Amino acid sequence: MKINTMAEMMANNETPDILFWVGCAGSFDARAQKITKAFATILNKLSIKYAILGKEEACTGDPARRSGNEFLFQMMAYNNIQILNGYGIKKIVTTCPHCYNTLKNEYPELGGNYEVVHHATFLEQLIEEGKIVLKEDHPFSEKNISYHDSCYLGRSNNIYDAPRKVLEALKTELIEMKRCRSNGLCCGAGGAQMFKEDEKGNKRINIERTEEALETGAKVIAAACPFCNTMLLDGIKNKEKENEVAVLDIAELIEQSMI
Amino acid sequence: MQLLPQIAFAILTVIATYLFAKKASEIRRNILLGRDEKISDNAPQRWRNLLLLALGQKKMFKNPLVALMHLIVYGGFIIINIEVLEIVLDGLFGTHRLFAPILGNGYLWLINSFELLAVLVIIVCISFLIRRNIIKLKRFASNDLNGWPRSDANYILFTEIILMLLFLKMNAIDTLLQSRDFGHYAQNITGNFLFSQYYHPILQHFSSESLMVFERICWWMHIAGIYAFLNYLPYSKHLHIILAFPNAYYARLEPQGKMKNMPEIQNEVLYAMQPELAPTETTGENAKKFGAKDIYDLSWKNLLDAYSCTECGRCTTACPANITGKKLSPRLIMMKTRDRAEEVGKSLNKNFTTINKERTLLHDYITAEELRACTTCNACVEACPVSISPVDIIMQLRRYLIMEESNAPQEWNSMFSSIENNFAPWKLSADTRDNWIKDL
Repeated sequence: MKINTMAEMMANNETPDILFWVGCAGSFDARAQKITKAFATILNKLSIKYAILGKEEACTGDPARRSGNEFLFQMMAYNNIQILNGYGIKKIVTTCPHCYNTLKNEYPELGGNYEVVHHATFLEQLIEEGKIVLKEDHPFSEKNISYHDSCYLGRSNNIYDAPRKVLEALKTELIEMKRCRSNGLCCGAGGAQMFKEDEKGNKRINIERTEEALETGAKVIAAACPFCNTMLLDGIKNKEKENEVAVLDIAELIEQSMI
Repeated sequence: MQLLPQIAFAILTVIATYLFAKKASEIRRNILLGRDEKISDNAPQRWRNLLLLALGQKKMFKNPLVALMHLIVYGGFIIINIEVLEIVLDGLFGTHRLFAPILGNGYLWLINSFELLAVLVIIVCISFLIRRNIIKLKRFASNDLNGWPRSDANYILFTEIILMLLFLKMNAIDTLLQSRDFGHYAQNITGNFLFSQYYHPILQHFSSESLMVFERICWWMHIAGIYAFLNYLPYSKHLHIILAFPNAYYARLEPQGKMKNMPEIQNEVLYAMQPELAPTETTGENAKKFGAKDIYDLSWKNLLDAYSCTECGRCTTACPANITGKKLSPRLIMMKTRDRAEEVGKSLNKNFTTINKERTLLHDYITAEELRACTTCNACVEACPVSISPVDIIMQLRRYLIMEESNAPQEWNSMFSSIENNFAPWKLSADTRDNWIKDL
């Protein structure tokens, strides 16, 4: 499978329709790489003309900014915007809600103006347009699913329906957790918490959320964020349920169910 | 002699209004100690928020029963103010039921609806007292409210009940004396009111003269109680009755996930990368500090938030850090910010020139441990019925910790150096960023 970088496309005098912003988790984290691969596979199957930045991509600066390091954030933003503007990027799709939020909401006032789409919305559109067709007996047809809202997709950007519509396409039972949509409970990774230990307390946040997810009795916990995915998977392992309950990204669910 | 009560009432009114105005201007001054921030865009949306969030109490309806109960107390407060207007005018002009002849039949209807509200307010206030003190809802039993804040909430509920009982009793005596054709009460025959008439059996055995004294006592205590309430407001969480309105108007309209930009740092980075753009003359702005250490560094909107907080604790109940036993409580962030603003305000009252700098909001009130527990999930912002953002304050204090004090946990420092060196928050070579392609 061939995945072009922007540099390669430029060299061939080609312009992609969209840039796939992979994000640091999607690039480096072994679990999140699977989400990246699943999404890239979908794009390839549908022959969508896209490119990645490859080695030229860099952290958007989200964890730096949210931990309080505005200097580092501005450095990263400056460099990324230089590259994106240099390639004349118009539309970006990303599988990470944190990258999505930064690119969409925080880069414009720094000079980076792009149409930014999260893969939940992107997949929803492809399904609606009939471009993605799912198998009748896909691997999840007998499994009920519970969707975990990512804070940076939900409360931060009001995207609640798109991921649910993607899951509805699987035609399996969707069970909501007690705290869902705008009341959804954080997985514990946001605000640069992913990169440090929890502060002193009596429980880890991801355990609290995992318990709630397990209460639904769903066999699949669906997420749309690589960090939520890691946090929930850690929670499931902590509860020794990894053989009964799967934590999967919506892209993985779709990729495995596509014709 | 006839004029004596009128003069006494006029003096009471002037004193109550003066004291309230004085305290209100102090609060305004304290809020404006905050940094300047221009909030003036999109006025139509802001008015909509004011109507929906403040007047319509939209966020309260996440729990419809509680929303209805709150609406009754609030409606009681607002609508009974019309009755207070009559009471004030009666007091000043020495009249009795000034509006009765003007409104004719409508007056009975009006007072009946006030009485209905009064009865509903009493029922709701009792339920609220039960929720706070007997059922002990978690967010009310929380240590956040230890001491004055817990009493504050109870005082107000008790006061409301007493005020409503006085109002009903006053009406009951009035209508009883009307039926006895006694004194000036007989001037305006209104007939019995919806609820207060049930007081009559208890009052029947008293002489008309002593009833008249009772009625005057109820009248004076009712209006004095309202004036006392007015002056209590600025010291209490109940200030939200007023400040919820401006706070809804000035609530941020941008997506919750967007953090406020720091143009001074944006420019510094720009000039470092493109020195040709840097201004040749350096301005004196270098002394400016990054992030917030004290209330002066926060925006005035953050301080308005603090004064608007009603300490209901919906934010803290929704906070993932607090739920899992961390020190952070968004409600306490707001309460401490207000406490600090009040402390600074008090020292300004004593001495107009010195600004209290011995203590600061950061460290003396809010600790680094609390700040570091925040996941920026915005659940507190979403939960707040009066459009407060604790996250905005937390982020500004975090910026100070990192950029002015270099106060970061070791893991964050390695995350920073990884981003600087490998352009990713992990210690992995940037050259391997696209290695995932190889497996496809």
